[in-house]
Amino acid sequence: MTAYILRRLAFLGLTMLLTSLLIFVITQLLPGDVCRVILGREVGENALEACRLDLGLDQPAPVRYFTWLGDFLTGNWGNSYSTDAEIRPLVMERLGNSLMLAGFTMLVGVPIAIGLGVIAALNEGKAIDNGISLGALAVVGLPEFVTGILLIEILAFRLGLPANSSIRETATFAEAFPSLILPALTATFVLLAYVARLTRAGVIEELKQAYVRTAELKGLPRRTVIWRHVLRNAMLPTITVVAISFGWLISGLVVIENVFNYPGLGRLMVFAISRRDLPLLQAISLITVLGFALANLVADLLYAALNPRIRIGS
Amino acid sequence: MASPLLQLQQLAVSYKVGRRTLDALRDVDLSIDAGQTYGLVGESGSGKSTLALAAMRYLPANGFIRSGSIMFGDKDLAKLSPEEMRARWGRQIGFVPQNPATALNPSVRVGDQIREALRLYSRDESDVMEILKQMRIADPARVARQYPHQLSGGMQQRMLISMALSGNPHLLVLDEPTTALDVTTEAAILDLLRGAQQMLNTAMLYVTHNLGVVATLTDRVAVLYAGELAEDAPTKELFRQPLHPYTRGLLDSVPRLGQRKDVNRLRGIVGQIPALGETIDACVFAPRCPLAIEICWQKRPTLDAPTPDRTVRCHRWPEIMAGDISPSRAVEKSSQVTKQAANQVLQVDGLQVAYKMPGGTLQAVRGVDVQATSGRTLGVVGESGSGKSSLARAVIGLVEPSEGKIDLLGIQLPKRLTRRNRVVLSHLQMVFQNPEEALNPHLTVGESLSRPLITLRGVKPADAKAQVGELLAAVRLPADYADRLPSQLSGGEKQRVAIARAFASQPELLLADEPVSALDVSVQAAILNLLADLQIEHQTSMLFIAHDIAVVGYLADEIAVMYLGQIMQTSPAETIFDAPYHPYTEALLSSVPPPDPFVKQERIRLEGELPSAVNPPNGCPFHTRCPRFLGDICVEQKPPWRETEDGKRIFCHIPLEDLLRDQTDVLQFEGAKKS
Ligand SMILES: Nc1ncnc2c1ncn2[C@@H]1O[C@H](COP(=O)(O)OP(=O)(O)OP(=O)(O)O)[C@@H](O)[C@H]1O
Ligand code: SF4
Ligand code: SF4
Ligand SMILES: [Mg+2]
Repeated sequence: MTAYILRRLAFLGLTMLLTSLLIFVITQLLPGDVCRVILGREVGENALEACRLDLGLDQPAPVRYFTWLGDFLTGNWGNSYSTDAEIRPLVMERLGNSLMLAGFTMLVGVPIAIGLGVIAALNEGKAIDNGISLGALAVVGLPEFVTGILLIEILAFRLGLPANSSIRETATFAEAFPSLILPALTATFVLLAYVARLTRAGVIEELKQAYVRTAELKGLPRRTVIWRHVLRNAMLPTITVVAISFGWLISGLVVIENVFNYPGLGRLMVFAISRRDLPLLQAISLITVLGFALANLVADLLYAALNPRIRIGS
Repeated sequence: MASPLLQLQQLAVSYKVGRRTLDALRDVDLSIDAGQTYGLVGESGSGKSTLALAAMRYLPANGFIRSGSIMFGDKDLAKLSPEEMRARWGRQIGFVPQNPATALNPSVRVGDQIREALRLYSRDESDVMEILKQMRIADPARVARQYPHQLSGGMQQRMLISMALSGNPHLLVLDEPTTALDVTTEAAILDLLRGAQQMLNTAMLYVTHNLGVVATLTDRVAVLYAGELAEDAPTKELFRQPLHPYTRGLLDSVPRLGQRKDVNRLRGIVGQIPALGETIDACVFAPRCPLAIEICWQKRPTLDAPTPDRTVRCHRWPEIMAGDISPSRAVEKSSQVTKQAANQVLQVDGLQVAYKMPGGTLQAVRGVDVQATSGRTLGVVGESGSGKSSLARAVIGLVEPSEGKIDLLGIQLPKRLTRRNRVVLSHLQMVFQNPEEALNPHLTVGESLSRPLITLRGVKPADAKAQVGELLAAVRLPADYADRLPSQLSGGEKQRVAIARAFASQPELLLADEPVSALDVSVQAAILNLLADLQIEHQTSMLFIAHDIAVVGYLADEIAVMYLGQIMQTSPAETIFDAPYHPYTEALLSSVPPPDPFVKQERIRLEGELPSAVNPPNGCPFHTRCPRFLGDICVEQKPPWRETEDGKRIFCHIPLEDLLRDQTDVLQFEGAKKS
């Protein structure tokens, strides 16, 4: 197992290195002169030249890449071109918000989703199952902004929950909590359908296995058969998907963050793109990819830890 | 006498499929006494599993008990609620399934799975070690910590049996518990069951299609056919004088150890078991019965009791019992054996086959020499992992041997299939184990058969049709089968088509890899006879591979016994059952349950597990398990080949005189020796 973890970690490092290269190349290939973007159209050649020197743009590309990577690794992420603010605290703050939203969504959504999936599977073909399956299908079909707006309509205006989820920098979790509810609920809906359907399929598949018959004919209570035998195996694919979707929740909620005006990483990314703010964009991209890669790693390790057939084999 | 432990009365079970209700069991009466071992036999689809599951009230979701009762003690299980059943499962009725590999939870350590049962039955969890020791597991502490996939099939089955016995049930239901296992493993499991049965006095309902297991293990047997109880009797009486023509047919379908194709043909049963349907007012067996008369088609026979302790459902049992008529089928007239000069067809020298694996190189075949001659059959027996299929695959060209020489008709064959020309391809044909996969599902039988005719024999497409008809006739199928698709054929019919296709190119050598092991015994008998007839007619040489030594003994002329990639013994088929033997052959013969309760059998059991073919033992490959192990010489030195006067060759350090002195015939037949 240790060897397996080490191998996966090395692989993670390699992935990140390649990604950083890719990000660097792409951002360098973007059309337009960075200094002109920064300084505006009216400045003279001299000022532009000074700016280029200042940014080290006269250096050859490989040198610039390694300087950038080195700076990034040592925590020197530079300043934003568009606001001149320091990038690291900005990204970190947004990352914190995104993590909070993602964590909250998982905390609420995953147990509900798994519960619904299991209930549907245990009542396969009955009314409850059809209800859950239909509901899940409908929710998957709806785009996030539709669910978001519906929720605002229903919950914000009727119950007085804040529809605008902007958070003050200094807010504690308790203060931020009400703002989290609506975006988290919206995100939950997307997650819910996927995870519930996956769980349902997994449980139905496992219920057919011969070991379930063995467990039943031992005389175990139905509860124990489901909990200790069926779920343990049925959850394997679900756990992987849940762990991977955590990566998606961190950065992929652009639409939801916009609908609710929530200060997460997704919105910052949109901002960076619209302003051609390259250092900011690079930082966000790297952090996002790292998030995805870590989520994947956790998914694989969890899968291996729960599945002896993989663990022993490798 | 005390009332029976389990009593099925007029039990009827049906399955709902779509809108239809199919009757899987009809009016089954059966009763099992405490401590009794009860065998349940019948062909595939006869309803054995359905009966076993119904007895536990654990039918599939679409199955239901239509009528009748299942008295267990003084309760009718058919009337109990699911929760009341749950309280009886494990504690009063234990279950051992067919396929141990899937019956254990893959992500829980086996020890924990047994502990879970112990806890449930309020026993001490630390009993696990004791229980595993009773299952004769050498290193129980280590095994308990393993996950199911780390154990062999035999070990997995021991886990399931120990779990089923841990609740100390009055009744153990076993559904083909050894069918997936090798014979030496099966023998060990049957010993365990016998021992447990004596110690705990558990009654057993033992479902199997293996008449040998029934003969050696059970006190009583019930024979099921098409969902009905055909006959039910004490084991010895059933074997001595079956009263139902179906029982007779089953017994006539399995070769007894020592039965030979040229002396005593298998009779088998014609036709096949009917599909599930509605109860008809006739005898269900009439379409296949050699004794059917008018009344059989008009009236369903009742279940009669010829003697107080046996029942039979046949109109003509009184005549059969009196010996006035014989329920055995007349032997089909077989082609006359015309002894022709045999010439050498296949010569294999020093063959080695290796497979690259993640953990090293698996040496499947390690230096095998065999010959096959025209008109004769070389039988290869061995348990799974002995390398017999790899040998055949190397000869046919499906795997490339790493070492060795294969000559066909004196000409060395290219190792690679792509280098072999049409003539070679037409001379070498193969029949595989699984008829389901052998035929292209999109081609009609006629198309499948005309292909080799056209491509390998150069027959003109216009003439192919007539020859397809001849081929079908040769495998005893009607000519109009040419228009059928494989999905419209039964398993046995598919295998006949596969055999017809193999003979289409008039091969010099036919390789048959377990061609009958996926088939029911009645079909198996017909296919074996077919192969024997076709061989005599065409003077084809055959390499016949099987794990069942009785089947090989029936069909083969020479036999090679393989273990771990090497041949241990070769012998004329007539003398394979006589001492002296190679110690492995001896163990193998003493493990096969003979389908005859009157045969006395030596009991030699192999300890330990089959060594890995990635790291096979040095010296004699059998030395890690050999009951006659001599000492260092077996570990360090490759044994010599020793030749007996009657043409056996034995690969062992023990001198022939010593073998002859120490070994007696493993099987002692009562009365006249052999069939
Ligand atoms: N769930 C089911 N739904 C419909 N038909 C079924 C079902 N289970 C079994 N059958 C049918 O019932 C009949 C009896 O099946 P059963 O499995 O009891 O036979 P068996 O004697 O155990 O056969 P085998 O030797 O192949 O295990 C067969 O025709 C089978 O196809
Ligand atoms: S009743 Fe007739 S058809 Fe049925 S088994 Fe007896 S003799 Fe054969
Ligand atoms: S050589 Fe030794 S180990 Fe091998 S079979 Fe003979 S006695 Fe047994
Ligand atoms: Mg069955």
